[in-house]
Amino acid sequence: MERTESEKQMAAGRASGADHLEAYLRQRLAQKPLLLMTHVVCGYPSFDDNWRELEVMAEAGVDLVELQFPFSEPSADGPLFVKANQLSLERGVRRDQCFEFMARVSEHFPFKVLMMGYYNTVFKMGEAAFLDALAKAGGCGYIVPDLPVQEAGHLHQLSAERGLSPIVLMTPTNSDARLEMLGQVARGMIYAVARKGVTGDKTEMGADLEAFIARCRQHTSLPVGVGFGVSEKADLDFLQGKAEIAIIGTAALKAWEEGGETALRKFFQGLAG
Amino acid sequence: MDLFDFADGREGYYGDYGGAFLPEILTTTIEELQACFRECKSDPAFWQEFVELMRSYSGRPTPVTYLENLSNKLGGARIYVKREDLGHTGSHKINNVMGQGLVCKRLGKKRVIAETGAGQHGFATATMAARFGFECKIYMGAVDVARQRPNVFWMENLGATVVAVEDGQRTLKDAINECLRDWVTNMADTHYVLGTACGPHPFPEMVSFFQAIIGREAREQIVAEAGRLPDRVFACVGGGSNAIGIFQGFMDDNVELVGVEAGGHGPGSGLHAARLAYDDASVGVAQGYKTYFLQNDDGNMLETHSIAAGLDYIGINPILVNLWQQERVRFEAATDDAVREALQLTMRTEGLIPALESTHAFAQAIVEAPKMSKDEVILINQSGRGDKDIFTVADAIDDRHWRQFIRDKAAEYGED
Repeated sequence: MERTESEKQMAAGRASGADHLEAYLRQRLAQKPLLLMTHVVCGYPSFDDNWRELEVMAEAGVDLVELQFPFSEPSADGPLFVKANQLSLERGVRRDQCFEFMARVSEHFPFKVLMMGYYNTVFKMGEAAFLDALAKAGGCGYIVPDLPVQEAGHLHQLSAERGLSPIVLMTPTNSDARLEMLGQVARGMIYAVARKGVTGDKTEMGADLEAFIARCRQHTSLPVGVGFGVSEKADLDFLQGKAEIAIIGTAALKAWEEGGETALRKFFQGLAG
Repeated sequence: MDLFDFADGREGYYGDYGGAFLPEILTTTIEELQACFRECKSDPAFWQEFVELMRSYSGRPTPVTYLENLSNKLGGARIYVKREDLGHTGSHKINNVMGQGLVCKRLGKKRVIAETGAGQHGFATATMAARFGFECKIYMGAVDVARQRPNVFWMENLGATVVAVEDGQRTLKDAINECLRDWVTNMADTHYVLGTACGPHPFPEMVSFFQAIIGREAREQIVAEAGRLPDRVFACVGGGSNAIGIFQGFMDDNVELVGVEAGGHGPGSGLHAARLAYDDASVGVAQGYKTYFLQNDDGNMLETHSIAAGLDYIGINPILVNLWQQERVRFEAATDDAVREALQLTMRTEGLIPALESTHAFAQAIVEAPKMSKDEVILINQSGRGDKDIFTVADAIDDRHWRQFIRDKAAEYGED
């Protein structure tokens, strides 16, 4: 799939330093009520497999993709992603290969791309160098779950200068005061964590989640994405009208593990109903 | 010198090191813990309760012993040893876990989790949980479970559940990751009893606070036994909790403090766990804190190695890193070979069996003592006992009678 003219303009505009993730999401939201965000662990099972996964995702109309840079201590991830991180590293995947892959992906596909990973990847490279590489590779933001916002002031400032969005997580255990603080620094979108725990387990979609999304809304006007345990059509049906983005992580990798491209295509068809 | 007098906005930082880098979902839990610990720390009755518990349950104060034979044999400084091996469960780990047990009680939590490498901390935590009536789950790398069965045996018999962690290198660091995963799920009723002075704030401070009991006792005892302060204090450094424990007793004195890391197969071998003594580590952020890690240029962690499982770890106590940069603590490393020799020498001359971890401190003291004068005094922290690690020690010194015993025992059990 080739990129549309407006998307190319947006890519060009990125260099000017404006935050475009939110604008991009709003534009997509004008066309459909619930966007899809997905996740790929770079180099697992291989970069070629990643590419085929992404082709299926693009076919399914996915709007935003997290490319996870593998880390040796993925303490916020569940078992399937832990294994993916580990095997990717064992196969020799390096950070710079992930950036090269991201550049190819963002050039080729219509969806936007985020870096997902752990703070040591950013820290070891240097915050400015990391952001420059991210911008150069066409990424529009990043999710770094082990970097609390009180430690992220400098990174956020450098990101603003480059028009890159730091995606902030809001969680059900946060106090209202904390949610307010998170809302103030968030750019692009909010990642609302549907429940306690790590990625991959099932989430009960119900009144508690609805109330939590409502709490998030009190502290942000950004599009809200809901992740952790979103895995089937019923979840998407539940989220429609309550959130702007459904975030599918483990469920897609699980489908790929079970039956490769065919199973993944079937998984996304199932989501569409 | 107050190590914990943080500047505004720098709580939990020691120079550039430390901090609290945790997933957002744990923010409330860690703030609760910070507040509870602060309350405990400022309450003199809490420290009294801790000291009384350690007296009645673990036989504190542990003595300081003069090693006359070893001192004479080396012909230099007089060598004394602080006997943390005599505490309940056989190491200094009991100080930290009983303290955190009291904190957990105050938090009103009913379940504890802990990581363990060699098994000492898991063993101590299982003991504490039994005593306090907490539910207990211990995460231990599958490699460590395989090589430390005796400690697993005790943990299970004390009522704890032991989970063999199959991710990553399947050692201590992977057990820490698994604890963090449990904690982000069960924080409402669960306290994470971190075993060393690493990880996110307030753990380095809290663990140091409880381990300070070693240094408080040791300073008084060495003055009584040797008639003066020591010239040098040696302690092994894995995570660095026994070291910061004894060093705190001498922070304001003119005493040289020496941390001894696991030199493994030596510098340049890639098979060691020396973060500061060798040049292979660099600053990073992982497992909740900023410190020196053995990592590659991408920030992914390297394999580590030590003859002593308890020292076999990628990161190091951020308080010690800061003291090292201020040149208040000197860092050295002892190789596996030096440790084997030091253990045999200590056993034969003094009848003491230090844990392989603690033997690193002995090995460095044995190198330095002959170059010091007879008026000078060395204090070594014997952080644990080695006799309970009979399988590991027998392997380390390659004892053929022991190997035969195991073969016979295996034959006796036969096939299931």
